[in-house]
Amino acid sequence: MKRSLIAAAGIAAASALVLGGCAAQPAEPEGPVTITYSNFISAGGNEENLAAIVEAFEAENPNITVEVETLPYGDYFTALQTDLAAGTIADVVDTDFGFFQTLADSGALAPLEIANPEAYRESLVDAYSRDGVSYGLPSSFSAVVLYYNADLFDQAGLEYPTADWTWEDEQAAAEAITALGDGIWGSHQPVSFFEYYKVLAQNGESFLNDDRTAVAFNTPGGIEAAEWLVNKSGTVMPTIEQGQGTPDFDTNLFVEGKLGMLHTGIWVFGAVADVPFTWDIAVEPGNTQQASGVFSNAVGVSATSENVEAATLFAEFLTSSQTMVDVRLESGWELPPISDESQLAVYLTKDNPANRQAVFDSLDGIAIQPIVATGQQEMQDIMNEELIEAQAGRKSVADALASAEERINAVIGG
Amino acid sequence: MSVSTLQTSLVDRAPVAPVSAPVRPRKKRGWRYGLTVAAFLLPSAVPLLLFVLVPMVAAAWISLNDWNLITPMQFVGIDNFVQLLNDPATASVFGNTLYYILGYLPLVYVGGLLLALGLNRTLKGRAFWRGIYFLPVVTSWIAVAIVWRWLLNPSNGVVNTVLGWVGIDGPGWWTEPAWSMPSIILASAWKDLGFVMVILLAGLQAINPELYDAAKVDGANAWQRFRSVTLPMLSPSTFFVVVISLINGFQVFDQVYAMTGGGPAGSSQVVVQQIYDLTFRYGAAGEAAALSWMLFAVILAVTVVQIIGQKRWVHYA
Repeated sequence: MKRSLIAAAGIAAASALVLGGCAAQPAEPEGPVTITYSNFISAGGNEENLAAIVEAFEAENPNITVEVETLPYGDYFTALQTDLAAGTIADVVDTDFGFFQTLADSGALAPLEIANPEAYRESLVDAYSRDGVSYGLPSSFSAVVLYYNADLFDQAGLEYPTADWTWEDEQAAAEAITALGDGIWGSHQPVSFFEYYKVLAQNGESFLNDDRTAVAFNTPGGIEAAEWLVNKSGTVMPTIEQGQGTPDFDTNLFVEGKLGMLHTGIWVFGAVADVPFTWDIAVEPGNTQQASGVFSNAVGVSATSENVEAATLFAEFLTSSQTMVDVRLESGWELPPISDESQLAVYLTKDNPANRQAVFDSLDGIAIQPIVATGQQEMQDIMNEELIEAQAGRKSVADALASAEERINAVIGG
Repeated sequence: MSVSTLQTSLVDRAPVAPVSAPVRPRKKRGWRYGLTVAAFLLPSAVPLLLFVLVPMVAAAWISLNDWNLITPMQFVGIDNFVQLLNDPATASVFGNTLYYILGYLPLVYVGGLLLALGLNRTLKGRAFWRGIYFLPVVTSWIAVAIVWRWLLNPSNGVVNTVLGWVGIDGPGWWTEPAWSMPSIILASAWKDLGFVMVILLAGLQAINPELYDAAKVDGANAWQRFRSVTLPMLSPSTFFVVVISLINGFQVFDQVYAMTGGGPAGSSQVVVQQIYDLTFRYGAAGEAAALSWMLFAVILAVTVVQIIGQKRWVHYA
């Protein structure tokens, strides 16, 4: 009673957060054990796919029962932090790359002793390791690509985008498609932090300096990159007033056949699948070099879990088992994080889009998300805000970047 | 007012006046009386203690610590308060909240009063209209906020389309910093009109009709009756509406979170939204708790001033 009282008041947590002494050896428990798994990866359409993986795991480990809790991505991290503060965190939890840093830094995750680390793509397993010890296992990855409406390209008499396109090619095509009129727009790209660090990389620039204590984007190349993002608005892309920036606006515009090109992740394959026009994807155009946005999610095991071994077993199954690979490839639920590329061959043979090779080609040049020790979310919020000020025309791009530089440095400078 | 009417009628109709009954000695109340009182108080006292007082005390403790919700707290004394007082964002969020209250309160009071006066008359389908106007009050803020975002959509919303018919180029409502707060005020006043209407309607119906008759006999016209009878007699209800609206106004959050998220460029960032962001986005739960206590102090001060000030203008008949 006392414990739950304190939890309700939200003042517990402190005592609970002691790191496990050593890494757990995964082995099936002798008696029946129930573990909890809190996730966002299955929210919004993949709940049944996750259930299939969980069922397969329980069949293989009859002593372990997995209770799954699914929350939408938008609410997930608020709930996770509340659970951490109250000491009610699930045994296995989802995280994205950005929040993984916070979790790992604060000792909320148990070090993982996994049976088969070479099953994972090396770069992904490294991304969730500290000093060679895994604190999270990658559960999927996805890339941002350039979607295009082939019918609109035909109407405008244009060649389809290819992997060696640059910004200039995209701009020319976007203008030609916008000129078709009738509410048709050329190209949509979000105006945000996540796009900005990527276009910086595409222009040979960097968001942060080498020791990650200050921003490095306020340069002529950085301004050019911001202009590439911001100047689409109102020329080849709708303005904020016209709805740009509201959730799903861009995907809907594309599905309605009113958008020539769309910069977004492979996670909307499903939403776009049944459109009544021909579409395909290509590697996103760069300027001085190719650089694509690649995102991955991971699962971690709570440092306070009473069943670290069973939880680790499940985490490993969820992220590297054959069942997981089959389910993900069959349903197109992002990409399995496995190292064995021959298994991914199935993915390439599927249609819609036809050019699935572009997903893997995107991985040749990756723009890595800038991560700072403190003030990550504030940094991202400030960047979003200043870019939107420039997009709305309330500031010049140069002024917005200068202001972003000053404000972000004050937050992350330590 | 109603209390005295009730007493008068009781005295009139009951020959055995309760006043004359012998006062029971206090002692006899004893433990049974105490238990009865406790039984009635417990259902509200327990939740109040658990979900209001305990969290408030906890928040007071958290406000003296540096805490990101995950790692153990570190005691920092009054650093969080000092930090907040030196942060220009604090003045900005209190300013925005005040802006909200100053726009919202007159709108919702005058609108609610007009509705109450209108629906206090004999009118066909009166109950239906009262129900209609009360409907938004019991509707979820998220649903209301989404509908208002559509209505106020700068390019194809109903409001700007209608303004366009009369030759007005409607503003960018929630996309322009200058219009984000007016958008929120408009939606909030619309939603709460029904609540104010119901309170004032109850107040209007408690006014003794004889007062109006007397005023008429004295030659008072409709406006004079409104000014000298209705408004003063309504002042206790008005006072209640103002106090409640101010307390709620300082805590405005749902509609801001759902309509603008505090943007654009922080133009509609209010105190509670800032508390939320500090806690769940910026890992500064200690600072957020300190800000909650600052907000509490402000609300308390404003409410105390109102309670003292009411003697000047509230008439309990």
